[in-house]
Amino acid sequence: RASQQAETERLSRWKKWKRTSSKSLKKALSEVKGLSSYLVLWRHDIHSIEGKFGTGIQSYFSFLRFLVLLNFIIFILMFSFVTLPTIISKYGLFNSTIAYISPKNTDDICAIYEPTGNKGLVYFYTYLKDLLSGTGFLEVTSLFYGYYSIDAVWISIMRYNLPLAYLLATFAYLALSFLWIIKRSVEGFKHNLVHDADPFQSYCNKVFAGWDFCITDPNAARLKHRSLQYELQMDLQEEKLKQKIAERKMGEKLRIYSLRIFINITVIAILSGCFYSIYRVTVFSQENSNVSIRNDTRTDMVNLLVQYLPSMVITLANFIGPLIFGFLIKFEDYTPAFEIKLTLLRCVFVRLASIGVLLFSLWSQISGCGSDKCKPCGYNYKLYPCWESDVGQEMYKLMIFDFIVILAVALFADFPRKLLVTHCSCKLVQCFGHKEFEISDNVLEIIYGQTICWIGTFFSPLLPAIATIKYFIIFYVKKIVLIHTRKPAARPIRASSSNFFFLVVLLIGLLLAFIPLGVSIARIPSSKACGPFRNFNTSWEVIPDTILQFPTGVQQFLFGIASEAFAVPFFVILCIIMFYVIALARAHKRVVEQLREQLVLDSRDKMFLIRKITEAQK
Amino acid sequence: AYKRFSELLPKEERENACSARVPKSQILTLPELRANPFRHRICRLFSTSETGDDSLSFEDFLDMLSVFSDSATSDIKSYYAFRIFDFDNDGTLDRNDLEQLVNCLTGQGEESGLSSAEMDQLIQNILEESDIDKDGTINLAEFQHVVSRSPDFASSFKIVL
Repeated sequence: RASQQAETERLSRWKKWKRTSSKSLKKALSEVKGLSSYLVLWRHDIHSIEGKFGTGIQSYFSFLRFLVLLNFIIFILMFSFVTLPTIISKYGLFNSTIAYISPKNTDDICAIYEPTGNKGLVYFYTYLKDLLSGTGFLEVTSLFYGYYSIDAVWISIMRYNLPLAYLLATFAYLALSFLWIIKRSVEGFKHNLVHDADPFQSYCNKVFAGWDFCITDPNAARLKHRSLQYELQMDLQEEKLKQKIAERKMGEKLRIYSLRIFINITVIAILSGCFYSIYRVTVFSQENSNVSIRNDTRTDMVNLLVQYLPSMVITLANFIGPLIFGFLIKFEDYTPAFEIKLTLLRCVFVRLASIGVLLFSLWSQISGCGSDKCKPCGYNYKLYPCWESDVGQEMYKLMIFDFIVILAVALFADFPRKLLVTHCSCKLVQCFGHKEFEISDNVLEIIYGQTICWIGTFFSPLLPAIATIKYFIIFYVKKIVLIHTRKPAARPIRASSSNFFFLVVLLIGLLLAFIPLGVSIARIPSSKACGPFRNFNTSWEVIPDTILQFPTGVQQFLFGIASEAFAVPFFVILCIIMFYVIALARAHKRVVEQLREQLVLDSRDKMFLIRKITEAQK
Repeated sequence: AYKRFSELLPKEERENACSARVPKSQILTLPELRANPFRHRICRLFSTSETGDDSLSFEDFLDMLSVFSDSATSDIKSYYAFRIFDFDNDGTLDRNDLEQLVNCLTGQGEESGLSSAEMDQLIQNILEESDIDKDGTINLAEFQHVVSRSPDFASSFKIVL
């Protein structure tokens, strides 16, 4: 500071003024930054959670916050481009008129669709039943696909093409989610790459830079001590295990590999069992709920149960799967870090693939043309006059059931458990102990819900709003559960790597969501009885139709881009660029190793010279 | 910063806070230092008092804050970090210093702390990674080299008032 003061006196007036103004500007900027951080949602809550429970759990909550924002923006997107024009035109605001879709043949049997709605006097519980299953009065609202039966909206003099807007909004929200997730994961990826590239420095990094000097709370300090101790012990154990593995003899290796193959086959068998049961249950549920609508022989409660059967089976599979995997992996004798990763991978696969199986079984029902049922329309028009609404209803039911399960587990499993453990001191109950906050299970839960939301938004445009409210409530529920019932985990997870892992799994869910949406948009014929795509064979056909209306120059340009003559060279160039970058990275790594060896040689030279000097001095 | 410093002084000395010295016990009540396992070393390091009682004047306080602030260069930070970790003040980090350092990190208490076998293995690994001239100790240059390649150092070696 003294030197800086001396220097300031020597400077001219102009430079002094510049320096003071830059200092005050920096101060102002930092104050603005401080103020704007108050605007971030839940900043204070997440900060206090971080202080008490560590950064691993905090990363779960900031992940939840990210999903709330994402869903809210998707909802705004779909609402403003699809629902708002429909509502404006239906109520005749803003001088708008509608052009309803006129079916091609007026006596087309495919176009018969009469959603029942609720006419006349109904019992109150019918509303509740409809709320839970998405039928009845909900079916005719803007929640589901069937409401949007408009071809174009004329607002003053502009023509707003609704089918095109619907499709483009779908692509837009998928692209937006994709880009946002990638942007968030890039930071984590860079950090991961740096960390993994220097495994030889991990101990020094942990010991010299391990203590975060910003910690002010004694509880947080205790947590940090424990996490540092755990990390160091884990690293040392892994090193010993690696040595042991390297020293394994041939006979042992054979035994372990054959055991692993056997266990993997068992895992695959269990998974196929789960998927087959989901398929059967979905088929059963669809057949029976449809029959009962017509015959009205079952009571409503049983009907509701039947409708929720697929969701229940999926939740059961998601609950049992991880338990079995956790049990089996102990026999496979991997290093602890790899064990955790493999179990997580298997659980992720179960959760996401079960949604896929559900959708697959739905489609087999929809396009199931056993006895010439779908000749005229291309799909099973008798049972599913408006199949998109049905798929939307299934997604809606999945989402509601997921929400109910999370609330029920919080209310009926966690609080009683805590009460039992604190007040009853018998040995058996103490064995259970306080439950730890399992981050990975909770994260998989919300990723599962988000995948459902992505798939379902095409069939039910207001679903993101429900998802936003759901995650909003889940944040507070989980926070209360955490504060009141959990003790801090004895196995703290590093935040940066787990952040990246969550985003990677979310990306897998998004990519998995592309597949069903792609199939529905491009392959399955859109229903002729409802929805904005009535006049087209498939939903995708809107785009070629619109392109054909462009001027010929633009048309030729677009066709040129999509043709093989352009795509193949483009792909080849991309491959070349990728290989170049990979080769560059490898070369850099080699240079780093060489420089490190040179450092070692230099220090040896230094030692040699010093020894020579001391000898010469004698 | 001046406000925080003068709060630590008893009431009568507040007016000439610029020249007063705050005893070590008061310094340790600062929330930023309260939970820090290296607080004793920090006080010892920045104190310029002749009596050796580790009290800090306002100048010392500012020195400490400037080293831990965002705008200090990594050279300065690593130099001071080296001196903080050098528990016996001999200019190098030998096995005893490293052992004390790890014990500070894992916390005091019976169930915390590594066993002696684990401690030996850990110190062996650290020396393998950072001791370039293989003399069994880490000098300032080796420490600065290791720390410059560590991604977490700059963000963790920081105190913000």
